[in-house]
Order: sequence, then structure tokens, then C-alpha cells
Amino acid sequence: MGGVVEVRNLRKIYPMGDDEVVALGGVDLSIERGEFIAVMGPSGSGKSTFMQIVGMLDRATAGSYSFEGRDVAALTDDERADIRSRRLGFVFQSYNLLPRTSALENVELPMVYAGVPEARRLDIALEKMDIVGIKSLADHMPNQMSGGQQQRIAIARSLVNDPALILADEPTGALDTKTSRDVMRIFSDLNATRDITIMLVTHEPDIAAFAKRIVTFRDGHILSDVPNVKRAA
Amino acid sequence: MNLRATLRLAIQALVRNKARSLLTMLGIVIGVAAVIVTVAIGAGARVSVQQSIASLGSNLIVVQPGSVTQGGVRTGFGGASSLTPQDGLAIAQLPGVAAVSPIVSVRSQVVAGGNNWQTQITGVAPTYTFIKAWALASGRFLSESDVASIAKVAVLGQTVVTQLFPNGESPIGKTVIIKGSPFTVIGTMTALGQSGMGQDQDDVVLIPYSSAMERLTGLTTVNLLMISAATAAQVNPVQSEVVSLLARRHRITPPQPYDFQVRNLQAFAQAASSTGTVMELLLAGVAAVSLLVGGIGIMNIMMVSVTERTREIGLRMAVGARARSILNQFLTESIVLSTIGGLIGVVVGVLGTILVALLAKWPTLIPPGWIFASVGFSAMVGIFFGYYPAQKAAHLSPIEALRFE
Repeated sequence: MGGVVEVRNLRKIYPMGDDEVVALGGVDLSIERGEFIAVMGPSGSGKSTFMQIVGMLDRATAGSYSFEGRDVAALTDDERADIRSRRLGFVFQSYNLLPRTSALENVELPMVYAGVPEARRLDIALEKMDIVGIKSLADHMPNQMSGGQQQRIAIARSLVNDPALILADEPTGALDTKTSRDVMRIFSDLNATRDITIMLVTHEPDIAAFAKRIVTFRDGHILSDVPNVKRAA
Repeated sequence: MNLRATLRLAIQALVRNKARSLLTMLGIVIGVAAVIVTVAIGAGARVSVQQSIASLGSNLIVVQPGSVTQGGVRTGFGGASSLTPQDGLAIAQLPGVAAVSPIVSVRSQVVAGGNNWQTQITGVAPTYTFIKAWALASGRFLSESDVASIAKVAVLGQTVVTQLFPNGESPIGKTVIIKGSPFTVIGTMTALGQSGMGQDQDDVVLIPYSSAMERLTGLTTVNLLMISAATAAQVNPVQSEVVSLLARRHRITPPQPYDFQVRNLQAFAQAASSTGTVMELLLAGVAAVSLLVGGIGIMNIMMVSVTERTREIGLRMAVGARARSILNQFLTESIVLSTIGGLIGVVVGVLGTILVALLAKWPTLIPPGWIFASVGFSAMVGIFFGYYPAQKAAHLSPIEALRFE
């Protein structure tokens, strides 16, 4: 069984003047297809840095990272951009929707860069919006929508290219408790019914509780990596 | 991402910020409009100068009598009575001379029926139409036999025609009285318009120079000799030939001063033309500076736009935009901005030119090349001033861009 993400002895060191800050001090982790993994840890634990490197938004200082069997360190920036557009989906804490752009166009955005023909874009975008239950909001602008609705748009956007992995960075950080649970149930459903691989980054235990596996970071190292026996629903 | 998608994206972004886009364009609009208007005025002025120089005659050399000193008073050029029609005939024999005409000028009242008009009576040779490149409107021009027979015939300029024959009847065959002598009108000249000095060149009656000398001045000398060289290149050699010929004929030996003066209009034409060129360049330079300022305006707004949309750029990168796509997106925005500005500028410039032509009554001419050049140049302004901001956008780090507040 091929892993989606294979990380070995991953290190990330930021120079700080003469000093240096070790954000990741040698991390080993594998993510298999169909997993729903929560990465936890306090701020400064290295979990966000880890997500950025896995998401190919940043490069590791040392160690190896293979994504679907490809050595990421050897890829050019353009190749990494192409993988982001075709094989990865991102969901951010602050939604990051384009302002003054309709929900539908926001959802279509990754397909524009992946070169999907215009006619197919509309079908796919509407299909994914239907999955997260916001098809009726297609013509709405982000500023006309609630936080929960905006985050659903962002989830639909992360789905359009049928990614191998969805990276969700504190996806409920800006939402109230009820909406947070609603959004997390969407992730759970996507993982359960569509076998979509998800890596969730959060510092809230009750959000991490939705995942099947919980990895805890501390000071740039993995503190624990355990299956989640008491899953929330 | 293909060109169409990029273009659409750029237009969307610009439409989202309508007021700002329009204000940014304004710099380019004004710049291009200024280029068009100034070039149109410059080119119009140059053409009208060229026309008025051409209307003075082709390859023209003018011989004026020199100055004489009487009792210590120097008369200035033209004061001496030294040029004769025979000088003209001798000059006509020189190689490179196409035509010669003596000129005898008198101002006089002209009467035709119940109308009278004071005008310039000019005695000329039949070659005059050739020298001045002036066409006949109706009838015939003066002939050699008119000159030989000191005929009382006249050819009228258009201004004189309208003043003496206001009812539109044909003046051909009518009699006009000049200083008491009846002259028969045998032809009329086409309208020549104003000279370069603002003189009405059509306010003239042309008669044989022999008749003018005999009946109007009573002199054996003429005011001017007009010479037309066969080609422009022969103007200067002919001029020096004329000087030495007249010096011989008038028995002038150095250090005696010449009793005549020979000039040609080439220096004048060149000076006028180069003045026009300098003016045109100056105007275009001023206009180009305003276009440059417009370009800097675009760069300024694009910089603001890149900063403002840092998160958008980060997101686009996260969902798979290559650096090149981001560069193209912002570059396209600035090119679209400047090109539309350029097109609007052309429209405004053309309207402005028409307005100038109507209100100030200045001659204008819009060289079509300049329209394409100014639109092309404004697109280039967009590329030049849009590149740095676009480059800045493309080289943002996606993480930092996403985190940007």
C-alpha cells in the first residue's frame, strides 16, 4: 500500500541573526490513503511548519519527503505548484476566499490553474458545492455569507481537483462551537464516505477528536502518535 | 493558464476597483491625448509652412537692386535703379536657369464699372506662372507677344475678381481702368491664399512687365528679377553665376559694392522647416513626459494593489498558481489598464484636435502612424511600469503572503 506522505527525519531550521531556531528537529511520519489525521500541539511546537512543508508551500532544511512516491525536494517551484493545484487541497483558518468574487468562482479557482476546461469547471464546482451543502449559495459573494458558509466554500474549493490530501489548518479557529462541529462533521463525512485523506492541524482537543489518528508535536518533535479511540461524531 | 483566462482575470480585477482603475488610466489618457494634440498641431503647422514656402515658388532665386547713397543717405536694398529686363534676358541664357521674370510692382486703384479697389499691380513675364507654380483659373495668361506689344491686358487674382465683380459674372473680356489706362481682362488666377508672411497673394493684378514700365512707372528698370533654377541642387550654382554675370553687366569691379543683391529661399525654407521640427520635438517631448508620469501612476497603483492583494496572491499560489501565472496576471492588469487608457487617450486627443482646429482655427494634421504609435507606446508603458510590481507579486513567499494582515 503506497503512502500519500512519507516523511523521514524532516528538519526545518530558521536562521535568526547569528542564532538559529529549530522549528522541526527530525520528524518521521507516514500518512496512508484514507487516513484522517489530526496534528496537535501548542503554538511553536512546529505543527504549522510541518503542514506548510507537507503542503509544499515551504521547503525543508534537511530530511526526506516523498509525496505519492515523488521526492519533493527534487521538484522545481513550478512542479510543486502543479502538485498543489492537482493533488492537494487547502482549507485555512481565515477561509481565504477572494473578495468580491462569487462563491462559484472561488470554488472554480484551483481548476483555472490546473487547466480544466471552462465547461467542466462549472459542473465540478456545483457538484462539490452540493457535497458540502452550499450549492444554493453559488452566486453569493463571500461578504454575504456567514463564517460557516464561507468555510464550506473553502472546503468545496479544496475538493475540486480530487486531491490526494486535504490540508486543513485550524479550519474551525474562527468559528463558534456549533458551527465548528458542523464543519468537522463535513470532514468526517468526506473521509468516511469518499475515502478522502485529510490532515488537520489544530490546538483544540475537541476538534482533534474528530480525527482517526492524533499526532502531537512538541518543540519540533513528535511527542505521541496514537489512534483516536474515542472519536467524536 | 491561457491568455484568455488571464485577460479575463485582469479585467475582472480592474472592474472590481472601477474608480481606482479609471483614475489610474487618467494619467495615460492625458498623456496620449497630449501627444496626439501636440503632434497634430505641430504637423499641421509644418505642413502649412511647407505649403506657404512652396507657394513662394520653386527653386526660387530673387535679385533685388542694391542700395545707393545719395548725400550720405543710404537707401537700403531695392533703392538703386539698376535692374533692367535686359539683365533678366541675359540671366535666362545661363545654364541651369529654368525661367526668369522681371517684376514691376505698383500699388494703384483699379476701376471696373461701378466698383473700384486698391491693389497690387504686378508687371510680370509669361514665365511667372511657372516660377510661382501658380495655375490659371480661367482665360489665358500673358504671352510673349503681349510683352512685346506692351499690350493693355490683365490677369486678375481671386481677391480682385470678387472685389471688382461681386455679382459673380465672368471678368474675362471686361475692361478695368488702371491709372487711367483701360486694360482688358484675359484671365484669372486660382486662389493661392495667404503667403508665409500673412499677405493675401490673391490681391493682385498681373500685367505684362513692359506695360507696367511703360504705362505705370515710366521707368526702364524693374523692382525684382525672379529666377527659377531647374533643380533644387542648381539653386546655389545658379546664384553665384547670376552674381558674376550681373557684376560684369553692371561693370562692377571689387572693391566697389554690388548694386544688386541675390538671395534664394532655400535657407529660409530650411530654417522654417527645422524650426518646425524643433517645435514638434519639443511638444512631443512635453507630451512624452506626461505619458511617463502616467506610467509612474500605474506603477504606484500596481504596487498598492500587490500589497493589498498579498493574501489573494498567497491563496492563488496555495491552490496551484505558478509564479509565472501571478506575474502574467499583474502584468496583464497593468497592460490592459495602460492600453485602454491609451485608446481613450486617442479618442480624447482626436476630439481635442478637432476642437483646436475649430476654435483656434489652427491647421492640424494627425499622422495616422502616431495613433498606432501612441497606443503601442502606452502598452509599453504598461509593461515597463507594471513589470516591477508584477515581479514583486510573483516572488512573494506563499506562506508569508497567506499570513499577511
